[in-house]
Amino acid sequence: MNVSYTNTPLDDLDRAIIQATQAGLPLTNRPYTAIAEKVGSTPAQVMEHMQKMQNQGIIRRIGAVPNHYVLGFRGNGMSVWDVPDERIQTCGEMVGALDFVSHAYHRPRHPPLWNYNLFAMVHGHDRDEVMQKVEKIAKLLGEDDRGHEVLFSTRILKKTGLRLPGGNS
Amino acid sequence: MDATDRAIINRLQHGFPICEYPYRQVAAELDIDEQELINRLQTMLEDKRLSRFGPMYHAERMGGGLSLCAMSIPQNDFDEVVEKINAFPEVAHNYAREHSLNMWFVLATDTPERIQGVLQEIEESTGYPVYNMPKKQEFFIGLHFAL
Repeated sequence: MNVSYTNTPLDDLDRAIIQATQAGLPLTNRPYTAIAEKVGSTPAQVMEHMQKMQNQGIIRRIGAVPNHYVLGFRGNGMSVWDVPDERIQTCGEMVGALDFVSHAYHRPRHPPLWNYNLFAMVHGHDRDEVMQKVEKIAKLLGEDDRGHEVLFSTRILKKTGLRLPGGNS
Repeated sequence: MDATDRAIINRLQHGFPICEYPYRQVAAELDIDEQELINRLQTMLEDKRLSRFGPMYHAERMGGGLSLCAMSIPQNDFDEVVEKINAFPEVAHNYAREHSLNMWFVLATDTPERIQGVLQEIEESTGYPVYNMPKKQEFFIGLHFAL
């Protein structure tokens, strides 16, 4: 799944919808009608624009984001891997498909300090479970694993929502 | 957390319909009623088992810049540097991690070009180098997390 970044300009209704849904989708039986009322549009227009933004990838998906920590997954480790660059696609897809990995990314190396090019967030109930899962990844990658580490977070220093770029936020 | 809550979370990690009565449609798939689905979502948001329910926007596709950055900060300077870095509105998340690269933050800027400028300002303000690790590619498949 290669991602090409084509930035599509947002129109005024798109922006209004994004603003109106920053906090989430209304929990009423006709949520898109509720959004339409908020932004002064029609349900049909709102649904059309949201469908368009979803098709363009501006909306990744509409869905629920579980809070891993509250759900008892207290061990969250950022595992980082040095895999051959020419194998990144295969390795990334393999690791990303695992059900205990929430995100997997290809990122640049900074040699000699930082030789890792594949990042995978691994969730487990505690650190031991995370480490066991990391071992599973290592086995899966086999020879492509030329080295890995797991970075556990010790403190959240700041956490805010993402700001809405380019406009009236 | 009962089987129904778990089924709801697992189902709703895979998208939500855009139609007049979307809760009714998903509730039917899960074999529960519409109001029960809405009530359970409400409860899970209130007690924070869900951190969010709604559209997930893609910052870069909206025209903005996004990057993960790491720094190596000596312990005796750590708190002061945290304060300086967190003062930048472009810093969305910042985590301390156990590693020689002990500070990891996400930058979100209005334009992709602005990332480099903010990085330089952070380097000048703190006196330490920033390692920029913007994603080159994302492997979407694992966005779903089985409970």
